[in-house]
Amino acid sequence: MTNEEIRNSIMTLIGPFNKKGIELTPETTFAVDLDLDSLTVMDLVAAIEDEFDIIIPLNLLPDLETIQQVTDAVEKIAKAS
Amino acid sequence: MTADLFDKFQPTIDAYNSLPADASNPFTVKMDKVFSQTEAEIDGQRIILCGTNNYMGMTFDPDAMAAAHEAIDSFGTGTTGSRVLNGTYRGHRELEDELTDFFGMDHAMVFSTGYLANLGILSTLVGRDDYIIIDADSHASIYDACAMGQANVVRFRHNDAADLAKRLARLPDDAGKLVVVEGVYSMLGDEAPLKEIAEATKAGGAMLAVDEAHSMGFCGKTGAGVTQAMGLEDMVDFIIGTFSKSVGTVGGFCVSNHPKFEVLRLVCRPYMFTASLPPSVVASAKSAIHTLKYGDNLRGALWDNSRRLHSGLKDAGFKLGTEKAESPITAVCLPDAQLTAQFWSHLLAEGIYVNMAIPPATPQGLNLLRCSVCASHTSDQIDKIIAAFKTVAEKLNVDLSGTLRDAAAE
Repeated sequence: MTNEEIRNSIMTLIGPFNKKGIELTPETTFAVDLDLDSLTVMDLVAAIEDEFDIIIPLNLLPDLETIQQVTDAVEKIAKAS
Repeated sequence: MTADLFDKFQPTIDAYNSLPADASNPFTVKMDKVFSQTEAEIDGQRIILCGTNNYMGMTFDPDAMAAAHEAIDSFGTGTTGSRVLNGTYRGHRELEDELTDFFGMDHAMVFSTGYLANLGILSTLVGRDDYIIIDADSHASIYDACAMGQANVVRFRHNDAADLAKRLARLPDDAGKLVVVEGVYSMLGDEAPLKEIAEATKAGGAMLAVDEAHSMGFCGKTGAGVTQAMGLEDMVDFIIGTFSKSVGTVGGFCVSNHPKFEVLRLVCRPYMFTASLPPSVVASAKSAIHTLKYGDNLRGALWDNSRRLHSGLKDAGFKLGTEKAESPITAVCLPDAQLTAQFWSHLLAEGIYVNMAIPPATPQGLNLLRCSVCASHTSDQIDKIIAAFKTVAEKLNVDLSGTLRDAAAE
């Protein structure tokens, strides 16, 4: 999967969590733009993990603020596993 | 210019201030007198306690109180030192022996609180390249242990053994793995499907730690928790617990059969770098644990009370955290924090104390009035608690399914 394909697929997964219906870009942030609380973030992370059959350790999350950062992390983890 | 470090707490201050001003405050309640395990005085009013975690009523157990008096006379008020320096008295070792007997395990380590037991054991066991796999609804002390440790943290869906298995299968074969669950979850009082969890854990090549804080004393034939109730003693590697619930005092512990367990005393920082429990606490804990196993069986009384409260509130139409009484904890779910605070305050005016629990301390963003019963509650007290819930629901015009009947009612 290319980086862009991964990103598109993550954006699809974000859909149900995008309550405010804002336009998603690689720079969209989870905490501020999407206004997700920590519990909702956990649910989204679980959905992304299941989609790519990977584990995203919780301790990585503080460094993942934007959709692109999550895309890059997923690409890296998927390649390593 | 000096930035005010307190600015980040403004949302919390605002949320706190938005609670109803006319109501008494659940976060500042003060017990002026404690008459017994089940009754106290608050603001001059005699109150039935239904939110103390004092499941087995051990806080006023005569033997435990006598042991505490004797210990304070013989050993003084405190140890003034760490377990690894001057803070291990004879009583600390005897208490650890009592725990190994109670749980039928080879080794026991006593900590100064249950929080420190989780923090210490979990953060020490898993290192940089290891994985700690926790239930999503884990207690704050388990999350804090993860934050303090160096390991990779993986979360699985609450009480979902299939989800645990799926996540374990994604982890490297050769990595160290520790699965952490609770026997009973403190907020909703739901029990873990421990057999399925243990099987998934072993199939995934992981060790298993079970926090029995809210199950010790009354789950299992001799009160050794959900592990014993389900006959899983051979599959559980570590049991972690507390003295501040069924044991009726304060402190924490971990028991295990692992042959190298004792090394933890030399590497576990929350064990080493804090003062040990005072002699009186140690003595009452030892006495209470002995009584829980060998004394009069109060477990039946506790389960009777638990079922009576649960079914009484359920029959009254309240929305509860569990379908049936899985533990002495019954959580009443209300629609929002405002109403929950109001309901709590009215219950207190009716002479009933329960715990108010609101997000972020609760799972699924639930607003809860958390009741926990005691083996020493009388049926009459339980009935008074149920009646008070009904009275307040009527007074506040709350639809018993948990929503306001009429938004203008207030």
